[in-house]
Amino acid sequence: MATKAQTFIFLSRSAPYGSHRSQLCLDAVLAAAVFEQTVHYIFLDDGVYQLLKEQDASAINRKTLGKTLQSLELYGVNQVYVDGESLNYRGLGTQDLLLPATEINAPGIRLLLRNADHVFNL
Amino acid sequence: MPRPDRGFCLSPAVKFAVVVYSSPASSQAAASAYQFVRTLLNEGHELYRLFFIADGVENANRLTVTPQDETNLPQQWHGLITKYKLDSVACVSSAIRRGILTPEEADRHNLDAHTLLDSTEIAGLGQLIDAAVNADRLVHFG
Repeated sequence: MATKAQTFIFLSRSAPYGSHRSQLCLDAVLAAAVFEQTVHYIFLDDGVYQLLKEQDASAINRKTLGKTLQSLELYGVNQVYVDGESLNYRGLGTQDLLLPATEINAPGIRLLLRNADHVFNL
Repeated sequence: MPRPDRGFCLSPAVKFAVVVYSSPASSQAAASAYQFVRTLLNEGHELYRLFFIADGVENANRLTVTPQDETNLPQQWHGLITKYKLDSVACVSSAIRRGILTPEEADRHNLDAHTLLDSTEIAGLGQLIDAAVNADRLVHFG
């Protein structure tokens, strides 16, 4: 592994239980964090549904993704963002979220992307 | 880290890494990835690592059978990986949940068949992060 940490941006844009992409994104985020890279985790589009409070996937025999998301801080993933427009569009607000994500807008995301070494779009 | 120019004329040689998310049967992305890798090697560039993840692990299924008038992508990958001695890796958690097993994994889980092409190894997601860090460019398919 390289000596200097690089900046990874993970764009998570899929709903939590319709596909495996949300879990895949989370696994990649945790791997990058474990290998001591700088991680920015951005939830946008249907990805904002992953952050909803009081989710319980036991009814569909799945693991509840939100529970793992709440442990992000333990892995040193502190830079978690949520796209405000994606929330608005779905009638949601930051009060509906299970973790304190920083609200961000399109220009903010553009700025982060410009300064990133790597982008994962899941 | 010095990074190559972002234009399409890539000179000098670029060290790529490629990650494939889609299976040969469900998406064109897998075939596009194959064409991309073959072309970059033909053009004198380097492939640091090929990483199969999620449904992409099906690209390394040695039991894939296709109709005679269609291409067998796993066999094509196998030929390319062997010819250029590529570092080809399938994500372990993606692979075993889809029944893509090495002989060792098959033994460990008391299963009677192994399905991973022997040109591809099985490893964790750390190998994907390592590829991103050490290649000049990581290119995603699917």
